[in-house]
Amino acid sequence: MINKLLELLGKKTLALLREMGAVIIFCGQTFRWTFSRPFYLKNLLKQMEQIGVNSVPVVLTTAISTGMVLALQSYTGFKRFGAQSLIGAVVSLSMTRELGPVLTGLMVAGRAGASMAAELGTMRVTEQIDALYTMATNPMKYLVVPRFLASTIMMFFLSGLGMYIGILGGYFVGVKVLGTNPVTYMNQSINNTEVEDIWYGLVKSLVFGAVIGLIGCYKGFNTEGGAEGVGKATTGAVVVSCMLILILDYFLSALLW
Amino acid sequence: MSEPMIEITNLHKSFGALTVLRGVNLTVEKGESMTVIGGSGSGKSVLIKHIIGLLFPDKGQVKVAGQVLNDLDDHQLNELRKKFGMLFQMAALFDSLTVWENVGFGLKQHTKMSDKEIRAVATEKLALVGLKNVEDKMPVDLSGGMKKRVGLARAIAMDAEIILYDEPTTGLDPITADSINDLIVDLKKKLGVTSVAITHDMHSAYKISDRIAMLYKGEIQEIGTPDQIRGTTNPIVKQFITGSAVGPITAD
Repeated sequence: MINKLLELLGKKTLALLREMGAVIIFCGQTFRWTFSRPFYLKNLLKQMEQIGVNSVPVVLTTAISTGMVLALQSYTGFKRFGAQSLIGAVVSLSMTRELGPVLTGLMVAGRAGASMAAELGTMRVTEQIDALYTMATNPMKYLVVPRFLASTIMMFFLSGLGMYIGILGGYFVGVKVLGTNPVTYMNQSINNTEVEDIWYGLVKSLVFGAVIGLIGCYKGFNTEGGAEGVGKATTGAVVVSCMLILILDYFLSALLW
Repeated sequence: MSEPMIEITNLHKSFGALTVLRGVNLTVEKGESMTVIGGSGSGKSVLIKHIIGLLFPDKGQVKVAGQVLNDLDDHQLNELRKKFGMLFQMAALFDSLTVWENVGFGLKQHTKMSDKEIRAVATEKLALVGLKNVEDKMPVDLSGGMKKRVGLARAIAMDAEIILYDEPTTGLDPITADSINDLIVDLKKKLGVTSVAITHDMHSAYKISDRIAMLYKGEIQEIGTPDQIRGTTNPIVKQFITGSAVGPITAD
């Protein structure tokens, strides 16, 4: 009984280590191919549209709702000790440092990460990836690098947009709905938010974008076994990249503090 | 006699605990059509993937056009792959590209031709496989047989010297399958290419091959011309070509 348990534990650990190693090798290869010719600019632009532009509605909705709720909730709390004037600062700090990047990351992982894994996974099981190899085209460069770059670059802009829209949403609720003085609200927001706070959030977004692209592609690229495999790869991509975003978020917060 | 186009020596390959190839030896002369027959899971696909460097041997070597695949770096391997065309079992057309972009994919990647020129070549190759006015269709709008034809057009678009056919007739109705066989024979006559096909369709094997090799349990059982194979005395080969459930081969 104990032996079996230990054996199972060992097997799981080994499998996990093997997978981690494979992910690291995949990342290394992606970085290497990112900087070597030929560059598939057309693929990059197409992916920037698919991952970036097409994610705008989702990111807008998430950001505006978060900003509005944040203003509403902090108003309720702060009113208890008469600090309503501070909600502008709370909203803008939270949106720039934390919620903008993390929520955008989670939404993009769900939307674009899943679609990358499903698309590459289907290409793997229908031998389209093999076909690329046979036509002397490196699929890492043709498929993975454009997706990795696009998700890194577009996360930067999406998350910037998310911050801005979130703060607008907060302003709307704080000033128009709850009746805080607009000048106080703005002053509190501006005085308490440094440019570093914004940069800090954007750097986080870049990392999250890279994670989404790499994990989505890794899962898709290594899909095995038909439709079921594609399903597993897609789920795996979303779960792993969301987990990584949340874990890395803590460490990046601690590091960039 | 000139050097063989493809020379496989003592090829071994395993995946984890599963041994697929145990010492395969196979030589394909320039301009020859070789067909490897064998049941599902006999290692045919694994064998053909070694020829174009999608898989690499655990032991033994694969030599194509005088070059040992294992010794090549990425760039050299890609150069060698440009000599190949491959028709995949399910055609493996890129479903994000139109038919003509699929056929012209290699040209787009490896030549400086304009889109207009590439399209013209694609139209010409599509005509060669009997397709007209399909250039702007998406692969998803094609029937299985048409997909195979487009895949074939793609395989010959770069004027390949070697064509690999992975189960060219599998999944097609008998008439469409036979038209694909005719096409393969036709292309061989017109283009004089070396080809390796894998199949378990004996009708197709007899029709398209100069020589047939039977792969069973990871080893070549017998190699011969279609007539020699028809008159085989090897019980394993005999059972396979007559399609009998009774004999040394068991369905496992």
